[in-house]
Amino acid sequence: MSITPAKIAIQDVYFTYGDGAEALRDISLDIYEKEIFVLFGPSRSGKTTLLRLLNRLSDLFEDATVRGTILFDGQDIFDYRVNVAGLRRRISMVFAVPTPLPGSIRDNLTYGLRMAGIRNERVLRERVERSLQQAALWNEVKDRLDKSAFALSGGQQQRLCLARSLALEPDVIVLDNPTSGLDPLSTESVEESLQDLKQRYTIIIVPHSVQQGSRIADRAAFLLDGELIEVGKATQIFVEPQDQRTEDYITGRFG
Amino acid sequence: MSGTPKQDFGLFSNVLPSTRLRWKGRVEFVIEYLIRFAGLSTILIVGLIFYFLLREGTAAFLDIPLRQLFGNRWYPIEDFFGIWPLIVGSILVTIGAVIIALPLGLTTAIYLGEFAPQWQREILKPLIEVLAGIPSIVLGFLGWVALAPIIQQMGAPTGLTIFTGSLILAYMSLPTIISISEDALYAVPKGFRDGALAIGATQWQTTWRVILPAARSGLVIAVMLGIGRAIGETMAVMMVTGNAANIPVLGPDMIFQPVRTMTATIAAEMGEVAQGSLHYSVLFWIGIVLFVITFGINSLAGRLMGTQAGRRRKGQL
Amino acid sequence: MKRQQANKLAVGIISAVAALVVIPIMLVIVFIIVRGISAISWEFLTAAPRQGMTEGGIMPAILGTVILTFGTFIACIPLAIGAAIYLAEYAGDNRLTHWVRLAIVNLAGIPSIVYGLFGLGAFVLFLGLGTSIIAGSLTLGIMTLPVVISTAEEAILAVPQRFRTVSLSLGATRWQTIRHQVLPQALPGIITGVILGLSRAAGETAPILFTVAAFYLPQLPHSMLDQTMALPYHLYVISTQVPGMPLSIQYGTALVLLLIVLSLTLVATIVRTSMRRRREW
Repeated sequence: MSITPAKIAIQDVYFTYGDGAEALRDISLDIYEKEIFVLFGPSRSGKTTLLRLLNRLSDLFEDATVRGTILFDGQDIFDYRVNVAGLRRRISMVFAVPTPLPGSIRDNLTYGLRMAGIRNERVLRERVERSLQQAALWNEVKDRLDKSAFALSGGQQQRLCLARSLALEPDVIVLDNPTSGLDPLSTESVEESLQDLKQRYTIIIVPHSVQQGSRIADRAAFLLDGELIEVGKATQIFVEPQDQRTEDYITGRFG
Repeated sequence: MSGTPKQDFGLFSNVLPSTRLRWKGRVEFVIEYLIRFAGLSTILIVGLIFYFLLREGTAAFLDIPLRQLFGNRWYPIEDFFGIWPLIVGSILVTIGAVIIALPLGLTTAIYLGEFAPQWQREILKPLIEVLAGIPSIVLGFLGWVALAPIIQQMGAPTGLTIFTGSLILAYMSLPTIISISEDALYAVPKGFRDGALAIGATQWQTTWRVILPAARSGLVIAVMLGIGRAIGETMAVMMVTGNAANIPVLGPDMIFQPVRTMTATIAAEMGEVAQGSLHYSVLFWIGIVLFVITFGINSLAGRLMGTQAGRRRKGQL
Repeated sequence: MKRQQANKLAVGIISAVAALVVIPIMLVIVFIIVRGISAISWEFLTAAPRQGMTEGGIMPAILGTVILTFGTFIACIPLAIGAAIYLAEYAGDNRLTHWVRLAIVNLAGIPSIVYGLFGLGAFVLFLGLGTSIIAGSLTLGIMTLPVVISTAEEAILAVPQRFRTVSLSLGATRWQTIRHQVLPQALPGIITGVILGLSRAAGETAPILFTVAAFYLPQLPHSMLDQTMALPYHLYVISTQVPGMPLSIQYGTALVLLLIVLSLTLVATIVRTSMRRRREW
């Protein structure tokens, strides 16, 4: 047991989709501040579902049921009084497929802020520049901030999406397989950015592969069929896993 | 969780100053409320339409015995309000229209969906949209000045007949029939078609034996909505069917006799009746009958469409 | 091979029938243009009717139709767009939604003359608006609802889900997402639907018969509570109710009405295709 309180504490969480399919079963784990936490497992093991629960994007599944508690800074995020939009600004998400919104690069970066009611031009300009620098995209796009975001390459688009989340200055960044469509070079640059960002943010990521997970993780959790099999320090879980199933997966014996 | 402090109300809202957030939240609440109201108002409107028809039409219902209301003599000046001839008129014209429009529309849909090359499709589809856009009064006008004389020359006693009305109506319901049939054909899984062609069936055999049966329920809907449109059509029918409120004599030349439909009766006579008179409320009573007929047809078609959509959605999973 | 011949024959017949549908449409339009074009003149478009409508122009009717179309727009848009947003974004898969959809299918199927009766009973008499532009616009507006709702809903549903998810994940509320992402992207489709609906309304006669249309009214309406002439009704009047009407005026009126309605349809199509081409995703 660690002495530092968990940034996010997931306690006994079950998730069932409207059609009765159980996606998560009895998940409990803690995620600490300013670490890179890797969630890995075969496809359909519940990783994405768990990510989407953290900022309540799971609300979009109308007939789904959630049981259990998720505490963010000690506060239950399923409390009816929670301002969900505010929660999503503090736990921000980057998706597997780069998804710029229609509009310019600048529009994309300021979207979340504008929706939060921030209109001060100076603040917006500052945030645009800082977030682009953090995502290692500033030099490439600083001269064309008002061009369409769709004109960027796939790798640039994904870094734009990362920057778009960073512009909100969240506490936690959640990344769902952010390098799935990227070439090795872009992947490397995203991974590098993550190491820098760790200084300021808590990062939760579903990696593209076990290898990527082991490269970047401070701690990691292995999910299988909606159950948490094992959680622990990266140095332990990727090197000498306690559970046979984790070992099988890591060594490529299934999945 | 007992220790949750009170000031955590509105947690995670730290980005906005609280008064502005509360104001914005309230505006959104009102907007979302209005949107829900707009959605539900459609039900309210159907109800209101029925209510106002009833409100003006009940007098007819109360003052005239039902047997007489459905009697076969329509002669309002002498207080004969039997709407049976009008119902028969509407039905005959509609049946005629469907008999003409069904083969034309279905075949055109098949042609568009299965046989037409791309360039033809790109010309034909807008043309059919144009047909849907021609106001009924313009088609009625043409039927009146151009088509009716031709039909009279063909030997009919008058050019204003069931046939004239059916022909015009058929073309008016074609866009509905074609577009819904096309959707139905399009919804047939591609595998059916490829499978049949692969085992050596000709294009025609594939269409006739495989695609049409598979699209059957969609085609039924197309016909029903076509009927619904035809039975409610007013201006064109009023101008070309001769407006004789009598039941046509059965016989080979029946389709060349004039009739008067329910819709035409309302349109032609409402302008001349005194408000609140018996005649006036009988016209509303005809409106009620029309409303009930189309409501029945459309609800049934809507239900069929619903089950179809449901089936398709399940098929995707 | 016999089978192949049968196939050829079938295809031939099918093509012939399709031609039977298409050729009359073209004939109708060409016929009206050819017969009506001679009547069209500056005076015809800008002057009021004279001499029991057998001379002069049709300007009051044109203007009346324009006013009514605009009134229809005002009456129909808020409710139609709201209902479309409701169906596409808010309605769950439940009984209530089922009822709303059923209501819309039925609204689309109610005969236009029944809308006319409703307008007479509800707006002209019950609300005491009299036969007036307001009563006519409201009647036409309600009649136009289902067309606009259906096309607008389709346009909204065509906006890819991922934009909604991204917008929400960036802390936008549901309404902000609709307002800033969904509606702008659905706009071309919505505009197309609105224009199509209005073109339908502009050509309708039955709903305005008892709610607004004037037989003959050489001066222009002064307020929304006045009657007005309208092209479709005018065409009906001069072709069937006035003996000795010159045919050229009748065809000319039909041509003007047809042009107004079809140009609206054309605008709708152009909006749809051009905006679609400009779309980035």
